[in-house]
Amino acid sequence: MASNLPDKSAVRASWLLVSPLALILTFFLVLPIATIVVVSFWNTNAFTFFPDFIFDNYAYLLTSKVTLATYQKTLKFVVLTWVFTVTIGFAVAYFLAFHVRSLSMQIALFLACTIPFWTSNIIRMISWIPFLGRNGLANSTLIEMGVIDTPVEWLLFSDFAVVLAFVHLYALFMVVPIFNTMMRIDKSLIEAARDAGANGFQILVNVIVPLAKPGIMIGSIFVVTLVMGDFITVRFMSGGQSASVGRVISNEIALLQYPAAAASAVVLLITVLIMIAIMMRFVDIRKEL
Amino acid sequence: MEPRPRSFYALAVFFALFLLFLYGPTITIGILSFQGPRGGLTFPMNGVSLYWFYDLFEEQPVGDIWGAFRRSLALGLLVMVVTVVLSVMAGLAFRRHFAGATFLFYLVIASLIIPSILVSLGVGLIFNIIDWEVHWSTSGFGSQLTWTLPFGLLIMFAVFNRFDKSYEEAARDLGASPWQTVRHVVLPIIAPSLIGVALFGFTLSYDEFARTLLTAGSYNTLPLEIFGMTTNVTSPVLYALGTMTTMFSFIIVGTFLGLGYFMRRRRSKLGSDAGKGMV
Repeated sequence: MASNLPDKSAVRASWLLVSPLALILTFFLVLPIATIVVVSFWNTNAFTFFPDFIFDNYAYLLTSKVTLATYQKTLKFVVLTWVFTVTIGFAVAYFLAFHVRSLSMQIALFLACTIPFWTSNIIRMISWIPFLGRNGLANSTLIEMGVIDTPVEWLLFSDFAVVLAFVHLYALFMVVPIFNTMMRIDKSLIEAARDAGANGFQILVNVIVPLAKPGIMIGSIFVVTLVMGDFITVRFMSGGQSASVGRVISNEIALLQYPAAAASAVVLLITVLIMIAIMMRFVDIRKEL
Repeated sequence: MEPRPRSFYALAVFFALFLLFLYGPTITIGILSFQGPRGGLTFPMNGVSLYWFYDLFEEQPVGDIWGAFRRSLALGLLVMVVTVVLSVMAGLAFRRHFAGATFLFYLVIASLIIPSILVSLGVGLIFNIIDWEVHWSTSGFGSQLTWTLPFGLLIMFAVFNRFDKSYEEAARDLGASPWQTVRHVVLPIIAPSLIGVALFGFTLSYDEFARTLLTAGSYNTLPLEIFGMTTNVTSPVLYALGTMTTMFSFIIVGTFLGLGYFMRRRRSKLGSDAGKGMV
């Protein structure tokens, strides 16, 4: 710690300090993923799964029409959720960063947005029932207003409900990083743009959006990976009617088809990694902290 | 001050609607949990009572809510303590470059963005293969740490990026050993931020679902218990439970935020004696 020069005892101290973290990530992240990859080549019979080296799990997975349909469905959820969360996230962060003038008000409103993040996702999903149910608030309001005559059935337990819940649960993952980058935009840049004759829209498109891009990308990485791997929101909000990649894996696990589940998990992991690699090209995460 | 542009009012309305969207459903089930004994899952209210809250304390036909709550509480506290300690240690270490630092950093990011079901499945498989019993305090505990530690470490990165190193140099110049510098200078300065790490550690564990699902074993944590209830409980007791746990979360968040606020205020009042003529 005595200097910034590379010093053997300092490096050793660093290693000692990170070793518990490294050990936990090794045992509960690296080894589990390695195990999944290994088990995806294993075989199974009526009672158990056992070591082998077969490609049947992948062959079945990659030739099944269900797989393609599931991925299409999951990507549909990803795209819809991303469009809504990025729009909401940008608007909310913009309001907080540029329209709210006092810092204490900014902090208070920001906290108001973040507090739901610290409560249970399951409860937040359940809490849509009285809104969206057949006799729920949405239906009774629409009937009262004369928009519809009979209750709409597709509000709860539908793809609509799934996307709604995703947006509800994950909008915050957009708000926080976008707000974070916007707060660091030098206000004089905006003044300069205005002095140079740019109108509000031009400032937004040519100054703010480019500077907020890292935040948008970090938020997008969160939202995309959370939706890609989700199984519980889709299951609950669609009433078990919609499929997603995560649900396929969780169903295979429930049927104790571990090698099949492992193969599905590997394909999901590769898909997610490719998507992240594409998004990472636009941002240097280490610089954004 | 210049007058508000028109976009301010539009965005203010949008922001208010967003807050309504965030809190509306929670408030709705809050109201509905006070349904009368014959009330259902939707409006109208069938009388007003505390019936469903009392019902929570009765023996339930299925499951064990209070056992699950105790387990979640214990696990949350355990995860919180470990997350705070390990995040601070790793945060300190990452301030200097060491071989493997970049690799470890990307491992932490991977831990954050890897689909939770993979952690659940992988840990479950390992325990299955080596024939160990999965239990919330072993496999569940480790799986949850893969979710809370990245948050803790990222907060520590943000804290140390804004940390003024001249305090440490001053301590060193006065003859403090590395440990004394950390103990008496660095830790007190970063203490309010540790409240944030602790808050993340506890609440993320307390509400965790996907990573605990296959790793908790035969004794459920509270989120698993609640999810189990959704498939076979169709009375407002579900809402009463939801309201109780949400209130509990609010109390925890309020306590931590209040504590952080109090520590910062105390510091700004007592932290500096500059200009007071104390030599």
